[in-house]
Amino acid sequence: MSSALTGRLAAEEPGRSRRLVDLIFRAREFGIIAVLAIFVGVTTAIQPRFLDDQNIKFVLLNTTIFALLALGETMVVVTRNIDLSVGSLLGLSAFLSSEVLSEHRGIPVVVAFLVGLGIGAGWGILHGLIVAVAKVPSLVVTLATLYIIRGIDVVIAGGTEVVANSLPSSFLGMSTASFAGVPVLAVVVACVVGAGAFYLRSFRSGRELYAIGSNPEGARLAGIPSGRRVFTAFVVSGSIAGVAGVLWASYYGTIDSTAGTNYELQVVAAVVVGGVAIFGGSGSAIGAAFGALLLATIDQALYVLGISSFWDQAISGLLIVLAIALDRGISVRLTSALRKRSLRHAA
Amino acid sequence: MLVLEHATKFFGAVRALEDGEIELYAGETHALVGENGAGKSTLVKILAGVHRPDGGRMLVRGEELELAGPAAAREAGIAVIYQEPTLFPDLSVAENVFMGRQPLRRGRRIDARAMHRRVEELLEPLGVRLDPGRIARGLSIADQQIVEIVKALSLDAQIIVMDEPTAALSAYEVRRLFRVIETLCGSGRAVLFISHRLEEVFEICQRVTVMRDGRHILTEPIEGLSSEDLVRAMVGRELVAREETDRKAPGAAVLEVERLTREGVFLDVSLSVRSGEIVALAGLVGAGRSEVARAIFGIDRYDAGRVVLNGTPLRAGSPAAAMAAGVGFVPEDRRQQGLVMELSISDNIALASLGRLQRFGLLRRVVERRFAQDWASRLRIKFGRTTDPVGTLSGGNQQKVVLAKWLSRRPRLLIVDEPTRGIDVATKAEVHRLLLELAREGVAILMISSELPEVLRVADRILVMREGRLVAEHGQAEATESSIVAAATGQTGMVLP
Repeated sequence: MSSALTGRLAAEEPGRSRRLVDLIFRAREFGIIAVLAIFVGVTTAIQPRFLDDQNIKFVLLNTTIFALLALGETMVVVTRNIDLSVGSLLGLSAFLSSEVLSEHRGIPVVVAFLVGLGIGAGWGILHGLIVAVAKVPSLVVTLATLYIIRGIDVVIAGGTEVVANSLPSSFLGMSTASFAGVPVLAVVVACVVGAGAFYLRSFRSGRELYAIGSNPEGARLAGIPSGRRVFTAFVVSGSIAGVAGVLWASYYGTIDSTAGTNYELQVVAAVVVGGVAIFGGSGSAIGAAFGALLLATIDQALYVLGISSFWDQAISGLLIVLAIALDRGISVRLTSALRKRSLRHAA
Repeated sequence: MLVLEHATKFFGAVRALEDGEIELYAGETHALVGENGAGKSTLVKILAGVHRPDGGRMLVRGEELELAGPAAAREAGIAVIYQEPTLFPDLSVAENVFMGRQPLRRGRRIDARAMHRRVEELLEPLGVRLDPGRIARGLSIADQQIVEIVKALSLDAQIIVMDEPTAALSAYEVRRLFRVIETLCGSGRAVLFISHRLEEVFEICQRVTVMRDGRHILTEPIEGLSSEDLVRAMVGRELVAREETDRKAPGAAVLEVERLTREGVFLDVSLSVRSGEIVALAGLVGAGRSEVARAIFGIDRYDAGRVVLNGTPLRAGSPAAAMAAGVGFVPEDRRQQGLVMELSISDNIALASLGRLQRFGLLRRVVERRFAQDWASRLRIKFGRTTDPVGTLSGGNQQKVVLAKWLSRRPRLLIVDEPTRGIDVATKAEVHRLLLELAREGVAILMISSELPEVLRVADRILVMREGRLVAEHGQAEATESSIVAAATGQTGMVLP
């Protein structure tokens, strides 16, 4: 297949081959969708119940928060950074925002969002400053705050939990509301992810994030305000994690200090499976969202098939390896195809 | 168009530039030559706005300027094209050109179509075809430079500085670059051309500035100068030409390569190198020369044929076996393949000899350092301490460290790939002397080089490769530059204007 692809690449006129190259890039996302389709197909064949309304809705709801976090993480990862704090941040935000609602009955739900956003943005600013100004590797910074934030969460929450019946029903209903069978939240998140992808694709500052991840030194020489862009990426990622925490609280209703534990790794997994290069420079928010959808689907499929959830993690890991192998394979092939083409051009 | 006077620059206590001076006219190609460490790079970085000078002044189009940073230099119409361009490999050619300045549509969205069209318009007069939509990864160095030049044009840069642009280019690509430079000058721009290859300076430049030890030595029209004049000005002394010493007749064959083939890369390559003989592999970049060398040393696999060393076949695909059989390999890219930049000079020199230096599996620093010291002084490497990282040395001295690393193993066969790329004239001569000396001691040397004067000067026999095949063999006496170029380009193939 590869040689056929190469041959076609070389034979096309520049104008058409450009579109073809574009196509291959999007093919990364097609790849995920294909895997998704296969997975759904196989699961449904074994257990037809898998495609019923309830299950689909469940998967979509599970995906929403996941995909939202993946959007923020994508913005960070394309700049050749990583944000490992999102799971802890989600937990802290979920606890504090829901506690505000349960302690002060009758205050508007929007306050919870402001609390979550504030917490997330605050930590995001801190991460951004340490990474962009003090030049500490983001892996170290966010690994540290992963534990710090979780620690704070545990101290504040102690052994207590916020229970669903202490929360206003408008808050709880928010995440499960659906219109014509489609969860409203899923639609909202889809729009947000779409907007994020559009931003990354079509705006100067969005493209600059890729440039920074693709060649940090080159970005500096090109006069890109790298520090400011990376800072912004961390603030966005933090803010998204904060808001996602509020949605988490609304979705689960019962929140203790362990909410979102280890979630950051799942988010990174979704991003990588979605075709975002872990060393920055390429990948899309849409791909990351599909990565999240795929992982959530696998989760649910294994549950429906009655396979132990222990397998779940092993299979997720396997898929990450496959996704990365595919990614490498494509890029190696693409490079050699492009090289051949430029030789042809030169001759 | 641009004047820089009495520029000085200190790095700590080190004076990198003492009296930098350059004057560029519109429409001229101006050469800047000098040995490594003469202050050329510092001067370039001052022009690029990367370094701020500690003294002196700069006039651009008659106006005095102080460059606060790279952005200010760009604003002043100065563009610098580095030897290895810093592109964004994951982004398209067009985005590389317009990063941060992409044409916009309504709503501040990037107008990709306009961007591509602009790049095509800018490429047109240069006579270069490049797809603006393809990603930069996989572009040849020459094409990457073209992207940088297009970027400079898109910024309407009037002064274009090229820092050793031809160092990594094939002869054909150099031709193309020269045509581009002529186009640039024809449109009234000034080009500052930095190169170690004097023949290029004579070919393309109208005036030349020579620097030595951070000082301006001379600026003159190229016509009145000979290459001996330039070399004298650069090194401050006469260079000894090849000593026509009585070379011993070569001995028995050390390396025999029989019909070596790697599909799609090289085909049916048979050659032999005898003890005390220097054999050069000439040809264009991409002709498969380095690949043959890598296959001999066991880095790359091959599909057919065999490599015989001192009469015994060498196991394929194993550098360790090759080393054990007495082969040394000085790779093309010393920064990435020849050296560990962060390690010290002594660590790097000792790296290939660790087996011999260890005792009971332990390495002793003192022994290692004495060993390194010994070899460093034999090769006249200039350094502060042997514990300094190799990255702090100049290019020429780095190359000597790589050589020391292999020579210290006392190889029977030494393969050197582009041994003097990016090295100044004086060090180059020293490397040549070293190779000749080794040959006299009976080492067989296989040298790959794209610099014909070097090939003609050092080699006893010259083999020419083209498109993966050996196409010609010349003895030293009968070879000329034009006969090699003719064989390398296949005469009827690419036409050299």
